[in-house]
Amino acid sequence: MDRLLLLGDEAIAQGALDGGMSGIYAYPGTPSTEITEYVQASKYAQDQQIHRQWSANEKTAMEAALGMSYAGKRSMVCMKHVGLNVAADPFVNSAITGVNGGMLVVSADDPSMHSSQNEQDSRFYGDFAMIPILEPSNQQEAYDMAYEGFELSEKLKVPVLIRITTRLAHSRSAVVRREQKEQNAGRIPSNLRQFVLLPVFARQNYEGLLNNQAAMEQEAAASPYNKYFEGSDRSLGIIASGIAYNYLMENFQDRQLPHPVLRLNHYPLPHQLVDRLLKECEQVVVIEEGYPFIERQLKGFQEKGTPIRGKLDGSLPRTGELNPNHVARAFGLDQDEGQPVPSIVSKRPPAMCKGCGHIDAYHALNQALGEYTEGRVFSDIGCYTLGALPPFEAINSCVDMGASITMAKGAADAGMVPAVAVIGDSTFTHSGMTGLLDCVVEKSPVTIIISDNFTTAMTGGQDSHALGRLERICEGLGVETDHIRVFKPTRKNYDQMVDIMKEELAYEGVSVVIPRRQCIQTAKNKKLTERVKELGL
Amino acid sequence: MSIAATIGMAALENDLYLKQAEVHGMSQRGGAVQSHMRLSDKEIFSDLIPKGSADIILSVEPMESLRYLPYLSPGGWLVTNTRAYRNISGYPDEQEVLGEIRKYKKYIALDANDIASDIGSNRSSNIVMLGAASPFFQIPFESFKEGLRKIFARKGDKVIDVNIQALEAGRAFADKNM
Repeated sequence: MDRLLLLGDEAIAQGALDGGMSGIYAYPGTPSTEITEYVQASKYAQDQQIHRQWSANEKTAMEAALGMSYAGKRSMVCMKHVGLNVAADPFVNSAITGVNGGMLVVSADDPSMHSSQNEQDSRFYGDFAMIPILEPSNQQEAYDMAYEGFELSEKLKVPVLIRITTRLAHSRSAVVRREQKEQNAGRIPSNLRQFVLLPVFARQNYEGLLNNQAAMEQEAAASPYNKYFEGSDRSLGIIASGIAYNYLMENFQDRQLPHPVLRLNHYPLPHQLVDRLLKECEQVVVIEEGYPFIERQLKGFQEKGTPIRGKLDGSLPRTGELNPNHVARAFGLDQDEGQPVPSIVSKRPPAMCKGCGHIDAYHALNQALGEYTEGRVFSDIGCYTLGALPPFEAINSCVDMGASITMAKGAADAGMVPAVAVIGDSTFTHSGMTGLLDCVVEKSPVTIIISDNFTTAMTGGQDSHALGRLERICEGLGVETDHIRVFKPTRKNYDQMVDIMKEELAYEGVSVVIPRRQCIQTAKNKKLTERVKELGL
Repeated sequence: MSIAATIGMAALENDLYLKQAEVHGMSQRGGAVQSHMRLSDKEIFSDLIPKGSADIILSVEPMESLRYLPYLSPGGWLVTNTRAYRNISGYPDEQEVLGEIRKYKKYIALDANDIASDIGSNRSSNIVMLGAASPFFQIPFESFKEGLRKIFARKGDKVIDVNIQALEAGRAFADKNM
């Protein structure tokens, strides 16, 4: 079969395509974006009319994927870890409804927060929803797990969570493809009440989910992704999961690894395998990327009281992503620390691009706000978040998608007037619209700047649902037409921008200010440029 | 990306295992970006290179070449473009940067932009850099050329030829300055 050089993300996409997926649903988010982009670029997906458009946010994506599963087909929904917070409601309840067609949920965690606000561990969500979790160690497993995941989901009748972290998502290696599977024919659920979570049915379903746990554990115990490697030196046993297994083996490829090792890539924890290790070994070290998920469970369910080492006792770092050097340290192995970085090397933090429209908007905003006391600008997730750094230092918050508008409202409620929100066009349609409705209903004195660049820029220029709809959305939600102000943020228009912002800051109601200019990173995107022209933007 | 893609092609042709960890997302907005590339005739476990064990640092910017020194093995080669990219305030004195590079005996430092421009292809400076690093790979030089032919196949013979010239020019510089 074909051998392809794929990112972990791409391997999941190819595995799902080959495994008979009928649709992928997602909102862009690093490090998960490339899964959907790969399907969007696939000739096969195009020929087979596999659904592959972006969704407005992770919640709508999750629900659409569940709908496709309801209709009997195989669906996948992908997001970054914090996206699973947005989609948590349908996610947790999809375990209660169960599935019809196989459904995969992919959550890409970002330990070290390379491009994120926190480093939460999605395995806790999988455990919380009580569904199986697959955690690949390498690109081939990422492919295989997506390929086989639909069948596991259909067999156990629940969604299956695939959890990866940044390093695997964005690392490339060879992947061997398997035989193409057909898509499911559509079929409605055999029980038409399965998805009706009225208390009377939900209680039954929940009972069913609990009763299903033993079968899930049995699958994990027999899974080829969980493996017990014998070892003669039982003074120590090792549990390693996902990408952390690689860092263990990296340290022992030239040395003999004398200890028993349990490789755990398929959850729920298979008690019989874990118990064996705990019974056989004097102490156990757990190597896992993210939170101490396995480690904490071990403290709970063992009778013997075998000492457990890992992130909780400081053997491994509690924060950030793991690397081979951390693992070497945990085993007390000699390691090279390399040469130091010369002191003349200066930091090179990310910054907004030269010529970016957000820059002009921030200069004008800082000027317009000059007469007010500082600390009143709430912002959001996107390139414009970099406006927190010098030379702008223009924003005072970045919490979660859409929070700029609602936090500005709350601050205005507390008497901070004017309160300002800065949000991007795509973030606005992701989670800003409902907050704007709250503002309109109470006629809150807030000035909302939607910095419109026609794209989801930070993740690489994906489509924005707001394109050509922004004013109509705001009007439809009830913002007064006179207080929706659109202009082009350029150096030439500086004075005009400042004047408009000053006027709207002074207005004691809801204002929406829209600085609008195409993201310069998308200049080469002919399709977008044409569309912008067509819309007369 | 063209550097990594060419090495990837060359590695596959030689039946090597490969892992390449890239940086996507926020850091790409003008920030420091690096990629860990590992090649082996045996199975590779870690996607990340342990400190002190890289055979080559291949950098397209001189100060950036120094940022990753902790990864370089004692016998490793430092190969860098000398053309500074000054998108930050407080970029150090360029001569001092070159001075730091020269402290390592095994270095190749060249202005790849000048060489690319001599060939008449300003966009090929990264391929010049790959050529300059090519002696330190255990991959035949011909395989890199073959890799270029494959990744630029859709762009036509002219683009392929100019990139092969860039590769050879970088190689020639390295051969003279090792």
